[in-house]
Amino acid sequence: MIFSELADWLTDPANWTGDGGLLQRVAEHLRYTVIAVLGAAVVAVPLGLAVGHSGRGGTVVVGLANAMRALPTLGVITLLSLQLGILRVGPVLLGLGILAVPPILAGSYAGVQSVDRAVVDAAAGVGMTSWQRLWRVEVPIAMPLLLGGLRGAVLQVVATGTVAAYVGLGGLGRPLLDGLRVTDYPRVAGAAVVVAVLAVLLDLVLAAVQRQIVPRGLRLASRTVSGVA
Amino acid sequence: MIHDLVKYLSNPRNQDAVVHLLLVHIRLALVPLLIGLLAALPIGWAAQRYRRVRALVLGASNVLYTVPSLALFVILPSIIGTRILDELNVVVALALYTAALLVRPVVDALDALPAHVLAAATAVGYRPVRRFLTVELPLAVPVLAAGVRVASVSNISLVSVGALIGVGGLGQLFTEGFQNAYNPPIVVGIALTLALALVVDLLLVAGRSLLTPWQGQRAGRRRLVGAA
Repeated sequence: MIFSELADWLTDPANWTGDGGLLQRVAEHLRYTVIAVLGAAVVAVPLGLAVGHSGRGGTVVVGLANAMRALPTLGVITLLSLQLGILRVGPVLLGLGILAVPPILAGSYAGVQSVDRAVVDAAAGVGMTSWQRLWRVEVPIAMPLLLGGLRGAVLQVVATGTVAAYVGLGGLGRPLLDGLRVTDYPRVAGAAVVVAVLAVLLDLVLAAVQRQIVPRGLRLASRTVSGVA
Repeated sequence: MIHDLVKYLSNPRNQDAVVHLLLVHIRLALVPLLIGLLAALPIGWAAQRYRRVRALVLGASNVLYTVPSLALFVILPSIIGTRILDELNVVVALALYTAALLVRPVVDALDALPAHVLAAATAVGYRPVRRFLTVELPLAVPVLAAGVRVASVSNISLVSVGALIGVGGLGQLFTEGFQNAYNPPIVVGIALTLALALVVDLLLVAGRSLLTPWQGQRAGRRRLVGAA
């Protein structure tokens, strides 16, 4: 009974098109996700690689990443919105970016750290500079874990992107929260289903990208470890 | 800012509300952690023994983990017949996440047990169930504990999202503060969430040490369990 209402809502073209339609909401949701994850990657990947490569500061970085995981995103976004002004996209992107940092940081750090010491020594032995070792040896070998961290970050940001609507923005949280307010259950569940499907699809796309990018010899080892620090 | 915070916290009514929400938060985060762990043990055990179960279980847990929490909170009522603002939705959703997150560590930990230890236990007469409970499980604790720590931090921060459907423990301080354009409850909520995550994490580390007395302070952590 409820499922048929949900199916009706999801298959009604009027709910997908036009101003505030699901297509627009999906586009907004993707925009927040891409900007937040890229922003986080710009900070977290170089930091993770640097720490992994130099072998210094690992404990601090892992501790920091774990503490950041515990930060409640809804709290961060509401606080930043009050401080920086409601209805602006900055606080949301910042909050979601903070959410994306720990998995990316942990992934890039663990990736470089997992490189066999003997391999790095061999690279030094054939005359590679520190920079060459990083780019030609450590980064390629770190790819599976690094991309695993990135995938984890995308999943979390897509999932949490719904809170953007709470501070007055768009995205797929909009129909969800609006539906809750007026107890329009099919709209709530419909939006929830679209978020879930979007998350699964994005993960499949990233898994395909991961297969393309990861060097062939390493594919056996490509297990995602988004949750591991 | 500091002045507002002190003023907010010195009001007895606010104190009661904050303590109440903290207790709700602890309940909403830790009950599912326990249920999820208890569910993950037999599932992981079966997955480690039977190839087909393994593919199914690990695949299902990956998919489940991609379903956003807020989505699960509001979809669950139509599946398990609860009311949409029921606390049970959050508990069930987080228990599912915890189980999904912990199944892989259980399988990995059991995979990593050295064969000669299991053979020895069998040889001195341990039946499968007793061997699992008294030999395999204790040896799996270090790997398992790492998974439980991740799950506890994740649960504690996810509970807050429940505030959007009116069941969020400390998360309700965020919605309350935002609606009144008033910072102190939000700051208190964030601080208590972080503190709670830290305290639970320390307790888990202490628990792990108690359960694994053979692991010295710094003696080779993996000697007995093999490469985990």
